[in-house]
Amino acid sequence: MTKKQNLIVIGNGMVGHKFLESLVNLEQAEHFNITVLCEEPRPAYDRVYLSSYFSGKTAQDLSLVSDGFFENHQIHLKLNTTAEQIDRQGKTVTTQNGEILSYDKLVLATGSYPFVPPVPGHERENCLVYRTIEDLEAITAGAKNSKVGVVVGGGLLGLEAANALKDLGLETHVVEFAPRLMAVQVDDAGGTLLKNKIQELGVRVHTNKNTQNITDGDTCKHKMEFADGESLETDLILFSAGIRPQDAIARRCDLELGPRGGILINNHCQTSDDDIYAIGECALWGGMIYGLVAPGYNMAKVAAQHLTNSGDASFEGADMSTKLKLMGVDVASIGDCHARTEGALSYAYTDEVNQVYKKIVVSADKKLLLGAVMIGDAEDYGNLLQMALNNIELPAMPEALILPSLDGAAKPVLGTDALPETAQICSCNDVSKGAICCSVQNGAQTLGDIKADTSAATACGGCTALVTQVMNAELTKLGVEVNTDICEHFAYTRQDIYNIVRIEGIRTFSELISKYGKGHGCEICKPLVGSVLASCWNEYVLDDKHIGLQDTNDIYLGNMQKDGTYSVVPRIPGGEITPDGLLVIGQVAKDFGLYTKITGGQRIDLFGAQLHELPQIWQRLVDAGFETGHAYGKSLRTVKSCVGSTWCRFGVDDSMALSIELENRYKGLRSPHKIKFAVSGCTRECAEAQSKDVGVIATENGWNLYVCGNGGMKPRHTDLLAQGLDKETLIKYIDRFLLFYVKTADRLQRTSVWMDNLEGGLDYLKQVVIDDCLGMAEEFERQMGAVVESYQCEWKTTIESPDKLKRFSHFINADKPDENVQFVKERGQIRPANEKERMNKDNLIAIS
Amino acid sequence: MSNFIDVCALNDINLDTGVCALVNEQQVAIFRPAASNDVFAINNFDPIGKANVLSRGLICDVKGMLTVASPLYKQHYSLTTGECLEDETISITTYQTKIENERVLVAI
Repeated sequence: MTKKQNLIVIGNGMVGHKFLESLVNLEQAEHFNITVLCEEPRPAYDRVYLSSYFSGKTAQDLSLVSDGFFENHQIHLKLNTTAEQIDRQGKTVTTQNGEILSYDKLVLATGSYPFVPPVPGHERENCLVYRTIEDLEAITAGAKNSKVGVVVGGGLLGLEAANALKDLGLETHVVEFAPRLMAVQVDDAGGTLLKNKIQELGVRVHTNKNTQNITDGDTCKHKMEFADGESLETDLILFSAGIRPQDAIARRCDLELGPRGGILINNHCQTSDDDIYAIGECALWGGMIYGLVAPGYNMAKVAAQHLTNSGDASFEGADMSTKLKLMGVDVASIGDCHARTEGALSYAYTDEVNQVYKKIVVSADKKLLLGAVMIGDAEDYGNLLQMALNNIELPAMPEALILPSLDGAAKPVLGTDALPETAQICSCNDVSKGAICCSVQNGAQTLGDIKADTSAATACGGCTALVTQVMNAELTKLGVEVNTDICEHFAYTRQDIYNIVRIEGIRTFSELISKYGKGHGCEICKPLVGSVLASCWNEYVLDDKHIGLQDTNDIYLGNMQKDGTYSVVPRIPGGEITPDGLLVIGQVAKDFGLYTKITGGQRIDLFGAQLHELPQIWQRLVDAGFETGHAYGKSLRTVKSCVGSTWCRFGVDDSMALSIELENRYKGLRSPHKIKFAVSGCTRECAEAQSKDVGVIATENGWNLYVCGNGGMKPRHTDLLAQGLDKETLIKYIDRFLLFYVKTADRLQRTSVWMDNLEGGLDYLKQVVIDDCLGMAEEFERQMGAVVESYQCEWKTTIESPDKLKRFSHFINADKPDENVQFVKERGQIRPANEKERMNKDNLIAIS
Repeated sequence: MSNFIDVCALNDINLDTGVCALVNEQQVAIFRPAASNDVFAINNFDPIGKANVLSRGLICDVKGMLTVASPLYKQHYSLTTGECLEDETISITTYQTKIENERVLVAI
């Protein structure tokens, strides 16, 4: 076996860490002893979302390091360790402690540092930068004694920093040297609109300002003096005037650098020394420093492959197009947005009323899209980016691409056929059109399938529409007819059926099938329509009109077990039960000889009940105040709860009372599939709310609402839909969420799968539930009110209807049980006898 | 030759559902589909689920053929021939029926 080589990585930022992750996934990685030197006191964290630190995220939340990453891969991580010197002849690295480490391969991922203009006074107290968590701590501390804050630099990072200062409660100003904000990405007109929007949000913007001096202020700590003679007083100054590559250590060991800094690299990310690689913001490729994370990640992958001889990936530059939300304003920029290409022509559209600005830059022959700028509305970004990146020929009138559609005429959208196989559809996870098509060829038919298979559209979700288009085009090409008809009797989707029933007020299956279907119905459409009718009108499911629609469990209001007996589950809202209640259940179980078990939903399941026993059992339970638990229905099951603030030392709010209220509100709601809730009284989350269809967690600021989680076969963590809610708003949001799900989901589709297939994902769901973008909120609340109003305990209704009870007998013409039902005892309770026990008549229990 | 035995009133069977009757010590599932004016009888034993439950299944129209879907695992059995649509090696006994004076009769 060959001796292991020493690999040293200097820097554990986002790119440095991506390098490690790429490396350990390669087989060859085992031939290296890996040491990582990290200047900061903590390993890699997400600098892209740094500002979320101010909205409550902790350093731990921002961490990019998965549990046990360094230990599991035997990577030696040295925190608080700065590399001082590289000896290229002796192949060693010396740290600030004087420690000397030898390397066979070395990777520089030293990143960049914020450029602070050499203005006199820039080193004064409370003059800070914005890059590390320590910087953020200093900003938070500095803001405490400040009223006014200034950000120097109106670029992307500067505006984000300004938002942070505003959130910290400071009167916030942005001072920009150039005549406009985001000078690199945006043109003059776009910059003006952006400035207006940002000023409206309460941040003062000063462009064309050249800071010459910082001195003592009169009303504030500092006074900034500008070249035009004006001045501005402030308590805190944040420099965000661009970045510079952190290349000092490379300079000291004479690696080749660019004229204005940056470590020169080739397509394999090798520096002028073949054994030394440089990646990320410290590296200079083709005369460019790439200040975005995606190109850095790409370099990390390339370097990991090359260094281990595992592949021939190469770095060939990167597209610097960006789309982001700055202080809630959509900003996007693609390619040559300043029309610098020779002969380039522009089309621009300005809407001052809605504050939208869009521009496209096209080639002289108007055939190709070279660049674009969008402010205030960046919906077209994905479409335009693909056109620009893949040199797709433009439509005859390119301006139609950015003009609002009039008279309902559809905008020209990109035919996905025009895209090459290599076109990157999902940039977050680097998924190409080819990969999506391949997934379809292997059997994927839904957006959910594609997500699970390729992870496209699982990060920001911005490409969801495009992914769907690519998938549908490929399905059509393969001749796969995506038949969404529910069955041979109805050429409609479940959602169509729901809308028809709702809008036309249809109340019976026979009316629906005579108007909209054919034939007589089957085990697919009958229960589906039964469920939709119940969701809409909430009539008694065993009514003569509906009984033939009910599936195995619903039709006898019990859960059929393998031997044809049933299990019985009384509702125990929130899992709270009195000792008397327990005694009743226990006595019933004992009298009827039932097997008892505690369920996962904090209630009690009684097994082995025969058909004729069900009404007798329920008579006793109803008399004692119990209601049906709907364990047999595709409907609300349980609202699991912890004991909450009334007993628990750590409880923040009364989860018990809320869970009981929620269970009583939503019990009986028939839905496309079962629905499970949970409520936790604090963020320790003992009720496991984040694995439920609807989860609620108490916080100091109110209730947090989580949705679309699932345990079971394919676990899914919930998404946070809204936070800090009072109870009234919480219930409104749950009403809207549930009815939107009931209205739009497919048959037997849990909320988790529904969410994975929901176009627009969580953002869209928020728009529907919180912003009411469909204008349905009131209607949803009214409909839910009607369901709550018309609730009935189906078992109470049944035992009070003598004609309904006739069915609860194994034989219509004999008062005998089914002799095929046989039990034996195990661990002190009954269980169904197996075949051998039946044959030998071993220890069978006499059945009454 | 067939000996029809009175089992129950037609109205004892909810439209579009089934019941189980004990006829000559045999468990017989009798169905009253909404799609027909007749009733149909087959053996009540589900040969795949191995339980006496077919009378509790859903009545289904499969391309025009009246069937019952087993309440346990959803295989379809023809109400007229007893054949299992999912497994041609399996078939169950069917019985003649008739309705007289709003009563249901089954021949075994």
